[in-house]
Amino acid sequence: MIKVQNLAKVFGTKRAVDGISFSVERGEVLGFLGPNGAGKSTTMRMITGFIPPTSGSVSVGGFDTVEHSIEARRMIGYLPENAPAYTDMTVHGFLNFCAEIRGLRGSAKKDAVERVVETCFLQAVLHQSVETLSKGYRHRTCFAQSIIHDPDVLVLDEPTDGLDPNQKHEVRQLIRRMGEKKAIIFSTHILEEVDAVCSRAIIIDRGRIVANGTPQELRQKSEWAGAVTARLGGVRNGVAKEKLSQLVLAKRVVVLEENPSGVLVRVYPKQASGELAWTIASLSQAEKWTLQELHTEEGRLDEVFRTITMPDTVTEDKQ
Amino acid sequence: MNTWANIKTITKRELGAYFSSPLAFVFIVIFLLLCGFFTFMVGGFFERGEASLSASFFLWHPWFYLFLVPAVGMRLWAEERRVGTLELLLTMPITTWQAIVGKFLASWIFLGLALILTFPIVITVNYLGSPDNGVILAGYLGSWLMAGAYLSISCITSAMTRNQVVSFIVSVVICLFFILAGFTPVIRLLEGWASPWLVDAITSFSVITHFDGFQKGLLDSRDLLFFLSLILFSLFSTSVILRSRRAG
Repeated sequence: MIKVQNLAKVFGTKRAVDGISFSVERGEVLGFLGPNGAGKSTTMRMITGFIPPTSGSVSVGGFDTVEHSIEARRMIGYLPENAPAYTDMTVHGFLNFCAEIRGLRGSAKKDAVERVVETCFLQAVLHQSVETLSKGYRHRTCFAQSIIHDPDVLVLDEPTDGLDPNQKHEVRQLIRRMGEKKAIIFSTHILEEVDAVCSRAIIIDRGRIVANGTPQELRQKSEWAGAVTARLGGVRNGVAKEKLSQLVLAKRVVVLEENPSGVLVRVYPKQASGELAWTIASLSQAEKWTLQELHTEEGRLDEVFRTITMPDTVTEDKQ
Repeated sequence: MNTWANIKTITKRELGAYFSSPLAFVFIVIFLLLCGFFTFMVGGFFERGEASLSASFFLWHPWFYLFLVPAVGMRLWAEERRVGTLELLLTMPITTWQAIVGKFLASWIFLGLALILTFPIVITVNYLGSPDNGVILAGYLGSWLMAGAYLSISCITSAMTRNQVVSFIVSVVICLFFILAGFTPVIRLLEGWASPWLVDAITSFSVITHFDGFQKGLLDSRDLLFFLSLILFSLFSTSVILRSRRAG
């Protein structure tokens, strides 16, 4: 549905987006991650046709967003960053306007407005002016606008920003449900959201794609993936560290805690696999250590995110 | 037609926006007060003893509009940019032109409405004497066209900035130029040193020169063309500015 090819945008001397290519099919929810200023919003603005690309192309449902911008825009629902809405209108008036400009008339318009009011829980504020809405309601009003014409493609720039935890949960569920039938791109800072909603995620940094895969695949990139934490009794720090380091599968051993009765160590693997825990268990049996605790870590997205986007600083605070 | 449906939708929304805030009522009241005051107190409507509106009523319009029209036009694009709705509007399946024309029409209709509300003065002059109502009608048409020309200039300045005050000031200055180019004292000053063809060229840019004909009841195609081409040119400039602003 969405095809982005070598997309680039230059503002003055700054390359905000620098040769990005990806595609999103129907039934996919693509999470768009990256630090502030990485080029997420700029990319989304180019996909929705708000700003023209410096080079490269975007096509939505087969329509190029520059050559056939009107046809492409018809297929897109867009929630811009900060969820803007006309402050001088009521929620009802605003949604009616959006439906009308999307070409809906008469009963089709009425049904569409009723549907999104229900989906986005806006009944309580329907006749209130947008200006007086709380941030959560304003956000949902703008979100309602983006789905009013039941688009095939949804582009959501930080859809859960500024919502309370319950609302966040609702919006995520909504996105996941709609993702079954639509192609959705959404950007976020919140990594747990990626797990909760996305079928695939892209991390971009300084205008380039630095990682692209399912949340599981991304997690595998973490140094944590497959790391084993073990609490061992009846052994001194130095001995345990030395023996564990000699394991073929171990890359690095870190002692987390030390007390007279034993030590808590974490062993990072050379490659993520389930084997490491086994070898540690058999080692401790052979050495007659008492194994009090043993578990394999899953990869952590936040760590992957930081390793990828700020490679210099991560090593310092790693334990 | 799809185009007109889109334009109509936008025009309707914009008109609604005027009347949902006190701006519309404040504007209309001030405009009517100014008209009344200048016509009767400064313009000496009664002292003249003429059954005509040109010297006492229409004479002041270029000067009222100088401040009032930029006040109406300043929010058109600046507000959209400030609130961020510009992004929403320009990613809807409408062309930039439809948005520009829709917004312009809404403000122009609003100005027309304010102008129509000065009708009591037409009734007054008809009650007191027997004026040539064709001339008055031509005056109204000219006044409305002139307001449209000012408004289109405000559109440009409004598209340039997110700050309404900046937009207001810049468009007042530009409109002032279009007035002064045909203002008698300025022409006298120019005649002192500039060659006659240059003076002619400058005065032909003035809204006053072109409004004159309408006040006398003359519908000159050149005057019509002047106002309409000024409006079209300004709206075109607005679209260029909006496009270049988006291109970054």
